[in-house]
Amino acid sequence: MADRPVPVAEKRLMEVKLGELGTWLGRRDYSPNGIVSMFRRAHTRYYNKYIGVKKGGIGGIAMLLAGYVVISYVWSYDHLKHDRWRKHH
Amino acid sequence: MTVTLFDQFLSPTLFKMPLIAIALVSPWLLHHVVTTRFSSERLLSVKKVSVSALTKHIFQPLGPLGHKWALMFVSLFMFLITLNVLGLLPYTFTPTTQLSLTFSLALPLWLATVLIGFRLDPTRALAHMLPQGTPPLLIPVLIIIETISVMIRPLALAVRLMANLTAGHLLIHLISTGVFLLTSMMPMTAILALALLGLLTLLEIAVAVIQAYVFVLLLSLYLLENV
Repeated sequence: MADRPVPVAEKRLMEVKLGELGTWLGRRDYSPNGIVSMFRRAHTRYYNKYIGVKKGGIGGIAMLLAGYVVISYVWSYDHLKHDRWRKHH
Repeated sequence: MTVTLFDQFLSPTLFKMPLIAIALVSPWLLHHVVTTRFSSERLLSVKKVSVSALTKHIFQPLGPLGHKWALMFVSLFMFLITLNVLGLLPYTFTPTTQLSLTFSLALPLWLATVLIGFRLDPTRALAHMLPQGTPPLLIPVLIIIETISVMIRPLALAVRLMANLTAGHLLIHLISTGVFLLTSMMPMTAILALALLGLLTLLEIAVAVIQAYVFVLLLSLYLLENV
């Protein structure tokens, strides 16, 4: 079955062929509005999959918080590395 | 480089980029607004119920003029409570421990309530400086005292929030350092200190919630006087 040809920039990442990856990356919308909408789409997809379900448990938010803790550790590593082998804290 | 206990409160930077901006956006991660559904799922229902209860509680004494502030106060409350509670996770940065943030929230809002009072009814706004039924001899002193108390409100609001959170975080750091160092030398004392740490963490969660509430409540009271 032949699908209608879709412009490269509008395809989803999983449907882009390897050779087209450079074109795809180049044509995405990197303006401030575009970047905000990237985050918004990602957040909406995550929310609808894990948190916004009828009997959502603690897992959806717990994953977000765990990710936040990991990111905070990475940010403050420069300050934390002095603590590891200090003799007097 | 000297490492002090207060270094946890330094505004974190990555390649000279202030990360407080990203820490301030973190409440947005957790509060998703879905407007397309009639009845929402568990988490959103709980949030709706608690937010509407809070709104009714705070805005019941205020008149119709005060109800214009509903969105401002409720969003301020959600912002502060999320920032405070997120700061209790390990390694996270709490923006409300920075006086710059709390003061920049407190001063414009307090000033707005005062200016609204002077705009709507200047006589009544000035009459707040003197409580009813004071003996005539005390009037000059009391006017000075009341004026100072009004002028100091923004500073009090800001410093209350900042100091409570800073003190709590500092205590947690101190006691956890103590527990860590005691486990090798005196295990029983370490277990007692660990119990203390558990209780302190519960207290900190309560303080985080209460401080956000107090901030917004006091602002609504200042508005009530003036609206």
